Amino acid sequence: MLLLTCPCCGVTAEETEFAPGGEAHLKRSGPGSSDAEFDSYMFNRKNPRGVHFERWRHAHGCGKWFLAARCTMTLEVFGTYPAQTVEPPAEIVAAIKAKRPDWEGFA
Amino acid sequence: MSELARSALPGASYEGFVTVTEAGLRGMITLRGDLAVLADAVKTATGCAIPAQRRVEQAGDKAVAWMSPDELLILCDYADAPGLTASLTKDLDGQFATVANVSDARAVFTLRGAQAGDALAKLCPVDFGALREGEIRRTRAAQVAAAIWVSGPQEMTLVCFRSVGQYMFDLLSRAAAPGSEPKFYA
Repeated sequence: MLLLTCPCCGVTAEETEFAPGGEAHLKRSGPGSSDAEFDSYMFNRKNPRGVHFERWRHAHGCGKWFLAARCTMTLEVFGTYPAQTVEPPAEIVAAIKAKRPDWEGFA
Repeated sequence: MSELARSALPGASYEGFVTVTEAGLRGMITLRGDLAVLADAVKTATGCAIPAQRRVEQAGDKAVAWMSPDELLILCDYADAPGLTASLTKDLDGQFATVANVSDARAVFTLRGAQAGDALAKLCPVDFGALREGEIRRTRAAQVAAAIWVSGPQEMTLVCFRSVGQYMFDLLSRAAAPGSEPKFYA
């Protein structure tokens, strides 16, 4: 069971109260980009075995989007943070580094 | 108009290890916008301050519930809702905010009994032991969205969409069936 804490309303609930939104921090390749770039933006995902950044929506609660860092292998949640961030904040990165010293970092 | 108004399941009631009652018509107004912008209008309309996160502020027969970082729900008498909506709309004219009278879109149920949390725990992924009086929790009950408010000692009020009123009443009745007490919280 995956327990997430919504940073918008402070509620900790299990995953059935939330709706998953796929990988976080995607950079859109829009007009002017090459077909290869758009193809990559549209279809290529990291799908890692380990540390992953994801979008979630508190669908049955406050209805807000937020981001979560978790391990896809152990379901361990390193932290959740507001959706209005372009890359993982320092404290989330520190929390991951503390538990996964050999993690290669966000790229 | 109002003499035609009927609540979702008039008079529906179930006596189990908690008592489930359809609470009848209740006035509800949804307010959206920056809570700081809404504060003055809410104070004028209800006498309540902006509630803290996940709290319900009460003043007389009106209450204001915190629904999300940019949403409030005003609870009042059914008959007062249209007037209150009109005055709030006027107060917030020109501001980036919306006011909607949602009284007829909702069904309200009251659960009474020491084990109300136990009955709801069968349906919702919520720790009811940590829920305090005057706190509101939006969650799901089985398959549908619901807001649960601890409205008094041994009393919880549940608000859901009217379209799922019958489903919710059946759910709550089944969860409150005598002999099925989980005895987890009380």
